[in-house]
Amino acid sequence: MIIYNYAFVGILLLGAVVFALAPIVVVWLVAPRKRSVAKQDIYECGVRTHGETWIRFRIQYYIYAIMFLVFDIETVFLYPWAVSYGSLGIFALIEMVVFLAILFVGLWYAWAKGVLRWV
Amino acid sequence: MNVATAWALPLTWAQHLIVLDFATKVRWALWLIVGFFGIFPGIVAYMVWAERKVAARFQDRIGPNRVGPLGLLQPIADALKLITKENIVPRSADQFVHLLAPVLILVSAFLVMAVVPVGLGSSQRDHPAHFNGLVAIDPPSGLLYLIAVSSMGALGIFLAGWSSRNKYSLLGAMRAVAQLVSYEVPQVLATVPVILWAGSLSMVEIINQQLDYGWFVWSPPGLVSFTFLLIANLAEVNRTPFDLPEAESEIIAGYHTEYSGMRFGLFFLAEYLSVFAVCCLATVLFFGGGSLPLFDYSRIFGAQTTTAFLITNAISVSVFSAKVFFLVFVMFWVRATLPRMRVDRLMNFAWKYMVPISIFNILIAAVWYECVIRPRPAPQIGGIAVPNWLLGWVVTLPLSALTVWAVIWFNRRERSALLEQSRSRTNIPLAAAAR
Repeated sequence: MIIYNYAFVGILLLGAVVFALAPIVVVWLVAPRKRSVAKQDIYECGVRTHGETWIRFRIQYYIYAIMFLVFDIETVFLYPWAVSYGSLGIFALIEMVVFLAILFVGLWYAWAKGVLRWV
Repeated sequence: MNVATAWALPLTWAQHLIVLDFATKVRWALWLIVGFFGIFPGIVAYMVWAERKVAARFQDRIGPNRVGPLGLLQPIADALKLITKENIVPRSADQFVHLLAPVLILVSAFLVMAVVPVGLGSSQRDHPAHFNGLVAIDPPSGLLYLIAVSSMGALGIFLAGWSSRNKYSLLGAMRAVAQLVSYEVPQVLATVPVILWAGSLSMVEIINQQLDYGWFVWSPPGLVSFTFLLIANLAEVNRTPFDLPEAESEIIAGYHTEYSGMRFGLFFLAEYLSVFAVCCLATVLFFGGGSLPLFDYSRIFGAQTTTAFLITNAISVSVFSAKVFFLVFVMFWVRATLPRMRVDRLMNFAWKYMVPISIFNILIAAVWYECVIRPRPAPQIGGIAVPNWLLGWVVTLPLSALTVWAVIWFNRRERSALLEQSRSRTNIPLAAAAR
């Protein structure tokens, strides 16, 4: 009952891939193909592209990604707590207050350090 | 299962299919062919038409009206146009990943819809007062599954931007990923109060709990959660005012600059399917799916007959669609109204306003649970029984208001301190220092 539900996810996954690839195949059969050097260039304002694209990117994005990781893992702990809260009672609430307080201090620290400031 | 036998996983699935009963197979086939590859793409096609009509009305225009009556054949004409367009892939692009990206995004948008109950279903299997939902599958961890597969879209967007080898695409992709991960945190935190009140991750169970307790939106923490879910949903599907990843006045078209013809069409389809999916999610979590307040389907139509099943579902699917399309209309409305946000304000809003408020909101939701949902005798004040919901409002409304006020106050103070600092350090005008 529980596991076989996911069989449908597998079928849907395959179906969705086919559904996405089918129009591409149709286009490959139907659409015109006239290649030219200019057409296959990268579209950047009409002038020839200059320099390499795959470069090192600024650190800001990665810091946000790390912050996201922290809070994403937090939700992994929050979900089971939320599901079984009804049977756990007031002690679980106090424990969660402590957990969230620790996390909040982390957020506060990042905030105070200026990590959350987009420059 | 270890790596060596992982290749047999599809076979295991097939084996499970063999032991399925006939009714389930028919149900799944119907869902797959009629629902996922018939109705949902159709809805998406006409959502595009509706958006063009709505946006036109907002701008005092008429909108598409040439192809068919009221322009109703416009989506078909668009599809034909996309199919007959040449597929252009840049020479220097990563060909395989360039193809993979739109497929991945579309797959993620489709998988989300698998656990959304579009109606109430029948009540023949479970408790007579409850419904098992008109849903393809109802795994016990449905909401977790939904969150997991919906965040697959971020990967597809990044692959699209990276593989194009276009600087604007890469910029758009980096912006998109930063935005998606930032807004996923408040989005997920906004669902926690609902799980807490429902005591389950199953989408059907969440609707059934709302049949008992009323819609989850009617409480101070519920209102805060719903608002945040709505805002985070807008950001998750890259729509105005959060459409920086595809800001056409700055970075051409963002991550799908190098996509043309049908591959661009797949991005388009996936985007609108995601809009539909997140509106379904908000409806299920906060508006009780296909239920109406003070309207007990099983009591009016009976619960066990086929007629009752058909009538219940006809009404509940209509109600569900009405709620979803209202939320979709709100998204069109927001798009027609608000300008694009600035990138630093975008990130600030997620991390400095939404995340702290959501964290406190979870605790307030627990307080609401203690006041209202946990079964116990109603409290007596002066010999008069106070209804639980009134007690809940009296206790949680000040807490919610205080939280929102405190976070806004803290941000204001920080902002003015920064302003003061930059003004004393340099002599630049106030407007420039405000950033």
